[in-house]
Amino acid sequence: MSDSGHDNHGAPGPSLWPIGFAVGVACLLLGLVLSWVVAAIGALIGVVFGLLWARDVTRDVRGEVPEVEPETRAVADQAAAPTVEPVPAVEPPLHTYSRSRFLEVTTLGLGAAIGAVVTIPVLGFAVLPPFTDLEQHDVDLGPLRNFPNGEYVVATFLLDPKQGEVSRRTAFVRNNGLTQKGEPSFTILYSRCVHLGCPIQPNGPVDEKAAKTFGDVELKPVLAQSFGCPCHGGLYDAEGNRKAGPPVRSLDRFTFSIKRNRLILGQIFAVAHVDGSGAQATIQRYPWATPGTHVNGIEAWLYPIVPSQVTNNSPMAG
Amino acid sequence: MATRTKPKRSLVETAVLVPLDWVDERSAAVRGTKWFLFRKVPRDISWAQTLGSATLTAFIVQALTGSILAMYYQPSAAIDPTTGKPVAYSSIQQITNDVTLGWLVRGMHRWGASVFIILLFMHMGRVFLFGAYKYPRELTWITGVLILALGMLMGFTGYLLPWDQTAYWASAVGINLNGTAPFLGPWLAQFLAGGPEIGSLTLPKFYAMHMLLIPGALIALIGVHIYLVTRLGVSSPPWSGERAGRDKPEPMPTNGRAGLVRRGTPEKVG
Repeated sequence: MSDSGHDNHGAPGPSLWPIGFAVGVACLLLGLVLSWVVAAIGALIGVVFGLLWARDVTRDVRGEVPEVEPETRAVADQAAAPTVEPVPAVEPPLHTYSRSRFLEVTTLGLGAAIGAVVTIPVLGFAVLPPFTDLEQHDVDLGPLRNFPNGEYVVATFLLDPKQGEVSRRTAFVRNNGLTQKGEPSFTILYSRCVHLGCPIQPNGPVDEKAAKTFGDVELKPVLAQSFGCPCHGGLYDAEGNRKAGPPVRSLDRFTFSIKRNRLILGQIFAVAHVDGSGAQATIQRYPWATPGTHVNGIEAWLYPIVPSQVTNNSPMAG
Repeated sequence: MATRTKPKRSLVETAVLVPLDWVDERSAAVRGTKWFLFRKVPRDISWAQTLGSATLTAFIVQALTGSILAMYYQPSAAIDPTTGKPVAYSSIQQITNDVTLGWLVRGMHRWGASVFIILLFMHMGRVFLFGAYKYPRELTWITGVLILALGMLMGFTGYLLPWDQTAYWASAVGINLNGTAPFLGPWLAQFLAGGPEIGSLTLPKFYAMHMLLIPGALIALIGVHIYLVTRLGVSSPPWSGERAGRDKPEPMPTNGRAGLVRRGTPEKVG
């Protein structure tokens, strides 16, 4: 087989600088979300590779710098000397840089600069807000006496009162009594199914008569030892572990704290699996993650860099 | 021979032709329209080749009804103090129940969306089965695939807008489905929802995509698609006995392969 079809012998290979430039820009954009150090590194990479790229691209335009031979003619001597027949000098064509070429390059460059100045902030405005300034507020669920030992209570509340009803969430709260160390223990399952985010329901009767409402919070005791999802049939046990159906991990949970004998909900976190139950449970805790994504095991390799879902670091611990 | 002397143009004719000539001289609009509409098509095309125009018609219906629905719809998740329900949901209720003929226009838009998608698929199936995506129409096929993808995205973003339980949870599932894609999935889901979960910003975002961003891209792509169709012409069906661009058909084959093979000697044997 011959390569006679190819006639680009001697042509320079494709430049690798754009790849470095793209890496730098990607690093910069990631850094805007992650940390300024990454952004600075990305900016540095981008600038260095961008300059190299620009140098590469404009090589033809700029042309090689002609080597100027030192002037050696002795003009006076020549004039005095008897005139020899002038030999028409065959000068090599000079690399010229025409006015129109200059205008073309500057117009394109200026247009690109103006376009970038307009486009980059707009793109950032379109893409970045969902990933920045994500605050998750603490929620006051009221006095501890509303949570009987060992029973689930359906709590609905506003996660962010500024957003209003659209931020209404449901959690299943169970008072586990005290741990072996004598600390209070609560199991607080978030009702978002970790399959695809539908609202899971307790499999048991809700005691509507015993419902308590104060402020934006509503508490209803429920007799349930499992939870089911109406959308695709996911089933969880009382600890939030998957028993059946498509979910890929255990139910998300809230951290909690107790202030002046009131139960305060903190952040949501993801749970890979829960061993044991109640106050003696061992919880494999991970940062809050998108439903349907694995947080541990080999499948988690599919999600090497995940966006942060909460950016405020509440001092509370679960 | 009694050659007709140039008749005096009637007044009506002049009134029509003079402005047309004026416009055409400056814009070539009349010539362009003729180029677009008065073109030769194969002798043996059928109703199957009208699916593309039908899809375009469905899109125009969607664009018109959608523009007018936008005059009454309010994309806000806040609670309407008079109804106690979200503003978006209340405005849909108002369009359906109160605004004159609102039920009809909303119904046209709602059912027309399904019609548009169904016609897209039928059109694509016709092009696929007829082999009409082959040379020189590959680019037409590619733009068509992009139009199909954008059409589905229109369906996805439009589904949330009524802001009822079905819309909310279907969109939650749809967004989280995107979230399970490897590597960039969680980023995509968080971008679509405007945060970790659907919130007050999701609805305006989907509305802006549904009525501004995607339709803009869609209209541009449809323009390219139709330009290519006009430039390249309509392909004849695979069972056609005629070769494209020929004046007279050859007699049909009479053996057992009649109707299966395209007749005529190819110009080049490849």
